[in-house]
Amino acid sequence: MTSIVPKEQSSESKKNLSTEEHEDFRLFGLIAFLIADGMTFAGFFAAYLTFKAVNPIGPDAIYELELPLPTLNTVLLLVSSFTFHRAGKFLERNESKECQRWLLITGALGVAFLISQMFEYFTLPFGLTDNLFASTFYALTGFHGLHVTLGSIMIMIIWWQTRVPFGRVNNENKFPFEAVELYWHFVDGIWVVLFIILYLL
Amino acid sequence: MTISLKPSNSPPEKLQPTGWLKYLSFSLDHKVIGLQYLVCGFLFYLIGGSLAGAIRIELISPISDFMPREVYNQVLTLHGTIMIFLWIVPVVNGAFGNYLIPFYVGARDMAFPRLNAVAFWLIPPSGLMLITSYFINGAAQSGWTAYPPLSITTPAAGQIIWILSVLLLGGSSIFGGINFIATILKLRRPGLKLMQLPMYCWAMLGTSILVVLSTPVLAGTLILLSFDIVAHTGFFNPSLGGNVIVYQHLFWFYSHPAVYIMVLPAFGLVSEILPIHSRKPLFGYTTMVFSIMGIVVLGLVVWAHHMFTSGTPPWMRLFFTIATAFIAVPTGIKFFNWVATLWGGKISLNAAMLFSCGFIINFVLGGITGVALAQVPFDVHVHDTYFVVAHFHYIVYGGSVFVIFSSIYHWFPKFTGKMLNENLGRFHFIITFIGFNLCFAPQHWLGLNGMPRRVAEYDPQFQLINQISSVGALLMALSTLPFLWNILQSILYGEEAGDNPWEALTPEWLTSSPPPVENWEGEAPLVIEPYGYGEKDSNKIQEVMK
Repeated sequence: MTSIVPKEQSSESKKNLSTEEHEDFRLFGLIAFLIADGMTFAGFFAAYLTFKAVNPIGPDAIYELELPLPTLNTVLLLVSSFTFHRAGKFLERNESKECQRWLLITGALGVAFLISQMFEYFTLPFGLTDNLFASTFYALTGFHGLHVTLGSIMIMIIWWQTRVPFGRVNNENKFPFEAVELYWHFVDGIWVVLFIILYLL
Repeated sequence: MTISLKPSNSPPEKLQPTGWLKYLSFSLDHKVIGLQYLVCGFLFYLIGGSLAGAIRIELISPISDFMPREVYNQVLTLHGTIMIFLWIVPVVNGAFGNYLIPFYVGARDMAFPRLNAVAFWLIPPSGLMLITSYFINGAAQSGWTAYPPLSITTPAAGQIIWILSVLLLGGSSIFGGINFIATILKLRRPGLKLMQLPMYCWAMLGTSILVVLSTPVLAGTLILLSFDIVAHTGFFNPSLGGNVIVYQHLFWFYSHPAVYIMVLPAFGLVSEILPIHSRKPLFGYTTMVFSIMGIVVLGLVVWAHHMFTSGTPPWMRLFFTIATAFIAVPTGIKFFNWVATLWGGKISLNAAMLFSCGFIINFVLGGITGVALAQVPFDVHVHDTYFVVAHFHYIVYGGSVFVIFSSIYHWFPKFTGKMLNENLGRFHFIITFIGFNLCFAPQHWLGLNGMPRRVAEYDPQFQLINQISSVGALLMALSTLPFLWNILQSILYGEEAGDNPWEALTPEWLTSSPPPVENWEGEAPLVIEPYGYGEKDSNKIQEVMK
């Protein structure tokens, strides 16, 4: 959508665009949005850590977390970040069949994460309103799960749009792919922080 | 009006309505969106102002006679929420930001025009939702701060609508902030350096950073609060093991920066208006930039000064007192710079200039009481009294609203191509200034003597001062009439303004009034010296206009 016009190099502007053209800054906008989104999580984490530091858990309150399932979830998400990256490599080389395959694997990993999370919810010995820590646990993982759900849907849309020859995402129009990839890495990163704070601390 | 459209990369606008109907459409033009923000904000200002009038009528007598206490609480909550989230924040950021920033960076529109339109169109529905909640089971009653457990125990319907509405407005604000950051940093005309931008760009950059960093925290907090109300969780409910102080920390992490979100853009607008009407360069450009960024950084680490009576530990009190006192330094620098800009200038005392000078006077008073309130012993004495109300209104009304009026007088010729009546404008300023100070100055005394805020009834010894304050409020209400008359009269029969009635050098004046759809007929002008007034003043303008 943008073209760079080579002109004599002015001292300041390295890009040398005329006033009618500009570079593509959609990714910049997305990063700003992700910073904002990250601040929402930061607020939740701050609230959880303060609760942990200040509010003693009641003697009869049940709040215990098992490690195996969330560890599996962590592995699922980390692998899915890798597979997404792999899909990107194939998109660059215009091998859309391979790209679609890796995207499908990524989406499947996202859905597997959600199923595993659901399974954890149903097996936990406490509910949403049982005590403060139970509520915070469900709020934090739920808000993250919402992000994974949206991410999985977007991966499926990208998967559909990379099909040849009718898909709209390809080597020339990579932005939707890159945007979803960045978002997905962000969601993974948040999960790692969440895993450390909620399960390990 | 016919405009010859230059061919460009932007989407076709053929389906867009023209004439005044475009202001009711999903227009992508930043100038239309800016005026949509302005008019919509002003309508909410009239509603919020009527609510303030109802509060002042109730407070004429010490007993609760004008309205039931529950209604008083609702009126109070709606007044605060409307004035902050639907009037000042959208107007100082959205209205003037959208109108001016693309001109200042030499662009044809904002970086993300569609996101921009979405951000505006979130505002009217959430505002209407907030107001109609009054007629459905009663509006929220817990003040604009919505502190739990009060917000959990008062009727749920109104509170939930309040939360939804503030969440939508917060989303609108974040979208706007992202857009401004991208526009200022990425959409600058080639050859235009950051340190050559008009000061309002810097103010909007700082404000948008605050918006992006702090508004999401409020959103998260309100989501947790809505869980407490709807699902009966206990995040902030002490009877269920929750912690109300955590809410206060999270809330003020947004709401203290919110004060800067309302005031920093006003600082920027004043920095544009003063040099033009005193024909002098803006004094201390670099220090202005650094003090804006200093306010942004410090503004993020002072929130707990709102909580000195919430059982904050001594180390926290110490830290937040010192950090808050430090904010006075960059703010003070700005004030000295403005006074130095005026000093020895060829000042024209028109309405825009008068309102800006009124701003300087009012904001210094509000700033002084702000530094006083940062000191723990004093704050503990006057916490939750009318002293705080007075301080706050000196900042947001004496500060931001005076600047909004000043900016309307200054940019109206650009918006419409017509001049406003200066004498009516001066008259408007005099009543507003007298009314405002008559209304809020006595409230310092009320607070120092212990009258609590947010209560419909008070000790009879305060009656006389409250009545004086209400007379001031009446004057403020009346001051809107000459303003509205002036606007109507000028749009219909006003004198033609021409392209550059103030002989200004900033880029928005270097095009026709009102500007064409894509801002300039040809290439955007490269203005590297936006404040080059003075000795060779007229030569420069001649040069630039060529």
